[in-house]
Amino acid sequence: MISAPDVVAFTREEELEDDLYREPPLPEEYSVPLFPFAGHGANPWAKVAGSKFTRDFILISEFSEQVGPQPLLTIPDDAKVSGTFDLNYFSLRIMSVDYQASFVGHPPGSAYPKLNFVEDSKVVLGDSKEGAFAYVHHLTLYDLEARGFVRPFCMAYISADEHKIMQQFQELSAEFSKASECLKTGNRKAFANELEKKLKDLDYTRTVLHNETEAQKKANDKGYYTTQAIEKANELASVEKSIIEHQDLLRQIRSYPYRKLKESEFHPYEPECALDRADTGCDQDPAPSDPAEPGETHLYTHIPSYTPKLIKAKSAKCFDKKLKTLEELCDVYFFTQTLDQLHHIERTFRGDVCYLLTEQISRALLKQQSVTNFLFEDMSFLDEKPPEKQYRGCQGLGQDAMDGKCLEESLTPKVVVSLGSYKSSVECVPIKMEQEMEDSEEPRMSESVMSEPQENLDYLDADIKGSISSGESIEVLGTEKSGSGLTKSESQASLPVMPSPQAGRSKVGSRRTVSEDSIEVLSTCPSESLIPEDFKASYPSAINEEPYADTDDERGLRFAPRLGAGVADEQDDVSKQESLVQVDAACCIGKESPSFLEPLPELGQKPCEEDGVVRIPPQPYRAAEQGLRGGFPAHDGAPGGLLPYELDSRYLLGSREVSKSSLDECSDSMSYISSAASTCSDRTPSPAHPACQAGERHRKRAGQNALRFIRQYPFAHPAIYSLLSGRTLVVLGEDEAMVKKLVTALSIFVPNCGVYAKPVKHWVTSPLHLVDFQKWKLIGLQRTVSPAGVNVLHALSRYSRYLSILDADSKTLRCPLYKGTVVARLADHRTQIKRGSTYYMHVQSILTQLCSKAFLFTFCHHLHLPISERESEESVVNRRMNFLKLQLGLANEDVKIVQYLAELLKLHYIQEPGRGGSPLLRFDYVPSFLYKI
Amino acid sequence: MLRWLIGGGREPQGLAEKSSVQTVGEEQIQNPYTELLVLKGHQDIVRFLVQIDDCRFASAGDDGIVCLWNAQTGEKLVELHGHTHKITAIAPFSSSDAFEEKKYLIITASADRTVIVWDCTSGRQVQKVSCFHSTVKCLTVLRRLDVWLSGGSDLCVWNQKLDLLCKTSHLTDAGISALVELPKNCVAAAVGKELIIFRLSDSNNESEGWNVFEVKRLVDHQDNILSLVSVNDSTFVTGSHVGELIVWDALDWTKQASECNFWDSSVHPDVQPEIKLSQSPNETSVQHLASDEECVFAAVGKGIYVYNLQMKRVIACQRTAHDSSVLHIEKLPNRQLISCSEDGSVRIWELREKQQLPAEPVPTGFFNMWGFGRANKQANQAAKKMQENTPMNFLELVGDLIGHSSAVQMFLYFGELGLATCSADHLIILWKDGERESSLRSLTLFQKLGQNGDLQLKL
Repeated sequence: MISAPDVVAFTREEELEDDLYREPPLPEEYSVPLFPFAGHGANPWAKVAGSKFTRDFILISEFSEQVGPQPLLTIPDDAKVSGTFDLNYFSLRIMSVDYQASFVGHPPGSAYPKLNFVEDSKVVLGDSKEGAFAYVHHLTLYDLEARGFVRPFCMAYISADEHKIMQQFQELSAEFSKASECLKTGNRKAFANELEKKLKDLDYTRTVLHNETEAQKKANDKGYYTTQAIEKANELASVEKSIIEHQDLLRQIRSYPYRKLKESEFHPYEPECALDRADTGCDQDPAPSDPAEPGETHLYTHIPSYTPKLIKAKSAKCFDKKLKTLEELCDVYFFTQTLDQLHHIERTFRGDVCYLLTEQISRALLKQQSVTNFLFEDMSFLDEKPPEKQYRGCQGLGQDAMDGKCLEESLTPKVVVSLGSYKSSVECVPIKMEQEMEDSEEPRMSESVMSEPQENLDYLDADIKGSISSGESIEVLGTEKSGSGLTKSESQASLPVMPSPQAGRSKVGSRRTVSEDSIEVLSTCPSESLIPEDFKASYPSAINEEPYADTDDERGLRFAPRLGAGVADEQDDVSKQESLVQVDAACCIGKESPSFLEPLPELGQKPCEEDGVVRIPPQPYRAAEQGLRGGFPAHDGAPGGLLPYELDSRYLLGSREVSKSSLDECSDSMSYISSAASTCSDRTPSPAHPACQAGERHRKRAGQNALRFIRQYPFAHPAIYSLLSGRTLVVLGEDEAMVKKLVTALSIFVPNCGVYAKPVKHWVTSPLHLVDFQKWKLIGLQRTVSPAGVNVLHALSRYSRYLSILDADSKTLRCPLYKGTVVARLADHRTQIKRGSTYYMHVQSILTQLCSKAFLFTFCHHLHLPISERESEESVVNRRMNFLKLQLGLANEDVKIVQYLAELLKLHYIQEPGRGGSPLLRFDYVPSFLYKI
Repeated sequence: MLRWLIGGGREPQGLAEKSSVQTVGEEQIQNPYTELLVLKGHQDIVRFLVQIDDCRFASAGDDGIVCLWNAQTGEKLVELHGHTHKITAIAPFSSSDAFEEKKYLIITASADRTVIVWDCTSGRQVQKVSCFHSTVKCLTVLRRLDVWLSGGSDLCVWNQKLDLLCKTSHLTDAGISALVELPKNCVAAAVGKELIIFRLSDSNNESEGWNVFEVKRLVDHQDNILSLVSVNDSTFVTGSHVGELIVWDALDWTKQASECNFWDSSVHPDVQPEIKLSQSPNETSVQHLASDEECVFAAVGKGIYVYNLQMKRVIACQRTAHDSSVLHIEKLPNRQLISCSEDGSVRIWELREKQQLPAEPVPTGFFNMWGFGRANKQANQAAKKMQENTPMNFLELVGDLIGHSSAVQMFLYFGELGLATCSADHLIILWKDGERESSLRSLTLFQKLGQNGDLQLKL
């Protein structure tokens, strides 16, 4: 729940507006030099230049009992990625903030060693010296040979962008939990195997020893025991004990899934291929003494015939032997699964945070447009499970709505993030400043805090100053403690893990009651780097941000009560229904403009807040924000609580120039970045979702090709019009590559007819038939000189009324005339957009506008049906045309585009699920013209 | 290579002859068919389309399969399998009187020498008859008598339950090619060049049932009779392979009028010689006849002719209406005419009256103009030289439907539901009025919205 700022944040702060910065000026000695790259065009992404690695990566480390913290592997597995970044050092850092209660061994009062099934802990950590921020996921694996049977590991997502970590915490946490669950499942399996082998060994040893003892007894009639015999007997006894211990361990590890399954939130990792189960299921191991537990037992029974070994009385101690590798610990199958998952994570979170956020927002918004989104959206993109955040990030919601949500989540076993952590967070108010203890017992702590912001501020200042002397540069920005089975003492006991002496000091520095298992700020930052705002900003949940609101402009202040009121009081059904919408509003607004930050921390304090730490997005970098502003003109100067539909309508009805120019701007900055060969080139927007990664690449390329097309061909407009109005466009050419390129370029303009793939056929060599035009709206056709080629051309001319024909060889286009305006905006050959993906987005945005127009048109009752029974058909037609022309502002042929889209919408809506419905071909009898370059 | 692109003409490598075919251009304001559905179901040439009721039709063809379709949605309702060879005749047979519930049946005859009666509702085979000695080539239902006739090498009369009531003796090997019902329980059967009139009578003896006997043989045609249509109760018309069109009195079976030379260029001296050269029986055969009360519409060769029964002459024609033989022709209620042809196209014509200006010299020949460009459309009229001041008619092309890639065998006009065409390319195309469909869809949409309760905005 607590996060600490970093140096970088401060320098950014100073670059920006002064009105946000009304605190007394910072003492000279605390100021740091301005951002070194500020001169070079103030690239908003350049902040990452300070780091020593080129892009985000995932690091897996282990706290080895032999050599201490050590990095195991990185993803991507490429030395270039980590660059000069000191992995060893960072491993030390991340392993030192392990808050798992990984206590294993002989607990007092227990005869046998006890396995503790600990929850993973999730920590956000920053290291300003290295310019690295990390989401750290700790987990414990079992190893029979390890000390206390445990091997602490951690997976860390390391990024140079603190905000990325903070804002994507939910997603990271969810994804890493999956990976961790996978590893642990494999590990339990392997551990059980290992135990069984060990048991067999022990059994064998016991038999051998027993025989030996018997033999000795027989050989020895002297009536007293030799030392040898006593030794043997002792040995035998210890083996017996060992057997019992191991049996107990085996029972424990086997009972784990069963035990966990009883808790609703546990989701064992399910291997995707049933094959694994199929062949393990059959060879049930008869050996185990305890009755097989239901659940995953079969997973552990895959034991090939094993020859027991004799176990030496004194087993070699740890330093003599080689510890098992991670792969050995987790079973190869699960290990590779985990690696896949980690690669997936790496791909998912690649790129700049603003890109990820935009992606998430747009996906969430698109999800809601269930009626129209099939037209131009990639359905695979939509089908994907939305990031949990969209639902979790409901700080903007009312309490009861939230409660309902929490309830739901705990009931449905869908969420992968273990809920244990939520529970723990719910139970305790995260972190309380001592001062508040008196008056803020009730959950509505925020209000009390709000009333005395200044005090808080002072208090904070004092706090910071007290701890500022540390020369260390590590900060734990926040951790999420998952505390099932943890006691307070344990949690505190884990603190000394901190290697540096400042651990104690930091505790003093931030005198804070640690309620049960919550989060710690373990240390503060290196001396001169801190300023109060930053600190406040990063302690949002604890201190409630209020001072910041003071300094902010009025908009923010107005907004805060508004949303607060809406949340607290007006919780009617409507708002519940629109909860999602609000969430998104909160998400997107919170990220884009600082003035919307205030309500978030406040709301973040709701008792059922899930993971307080990242609940509150830290104050965004202003520079990054500007980049975003370019892309989101609607947010500029938009009044406080803009809901998405308001945005939409702004988009829809707002002046086109604005949206266009701003998009161009955005693209400019983006292309600038790409051209500026800065270190951050790797971080510019890049594939966000692996499932549609190919799609993403395709989009990029298609966008680039489309850009080239509209620049190259003066008749791009009628061609695009053809596609948008549902007239099949045939690209004819001899060269397959060229034709395919054109088809790819034009494919982004093709509306989908249903939920199937785009009606685009890249390459056809046989003559076309009517059925083809029904199915395909964009076709690449081979031109040959052979007799077959004549047939092809003959078919083309025969069906010319259904076709527009783009001749790639002679650069001609034969298609109907276009005099509208929509396509001109869509494909301006003088556009300043340079990047393919940017252009793709530009196209998407305009197509979305078109879709919303088509939506309006389709679903306006009186445009299609008479209002009264006496009304004539003509008057309805007139009304319809008036609506299209006047209300929607469509000119000439644009009407036909919207009509076509509306027709598709109708078909899509009335189509009965399951039955595809025969595709129909609509056409017009309009003359075609021949365009030449 | 690019000529077709630049030219923008309909037929790029058209022969000289083809250039004479009138074209309508890309703008077809009067053509209502702006939406089409391709119905796939057959594996061979589809030759027959019959209407079952207001919104259903059946198709049959060389693959022996009968498909039932919904004319509104284009949905295939049922597929009837039973014949092993191609289907040679199909007739709808709805029985309403005997049962309270109307039963829709169809009868199909096939080259496998069977006739099957199907129930359209259940899609089941009601009965199958396989006692024929030859392929049944035509089927006719006599609703008045509640019997149906099958014509092959002999003529059989069946009742509804498929009992053979009576049959004629073996007529010819070629068999009956067409049957038409005439008044007074008579039928006319086209057997080769002959037209045979049969009379059905239920004999006095109740047990013996029905009897059929030959009344008259008409041998006026020079060649095989290809088409036979009943115009009204007193008239029927036949057309033969060499282009003879004979109008008969349906009561006394006498020849009322004949137009055997209306295709013949010899009577039209102005006709360009090249056309004469291209004359061949195929070019003049009367493929199909249709009629309303006043006119007979004949598909002759590549052309279509309108023959007025009262005036006993051709009042309008389009000598080369298509690029190749016209296979089917139909008159629509709105003075429009639809024709389909082997060239794969369907054309919509409008019969227009043209008051001939007396001052204008009337061309002596029928079809003196072969350029059918827009400028000289008036020349398309068919004008008889004698009656100068009678209203002249001409056929104006108002639209064409291009979709099939092979000969369009037949079409079925469904009123506002559209037009179904079947073709040798195995497809059936349902042509629809796009505007109407669009508003229908809107209606459905709002109905569904109402049902789903989506009318309150969820977004």
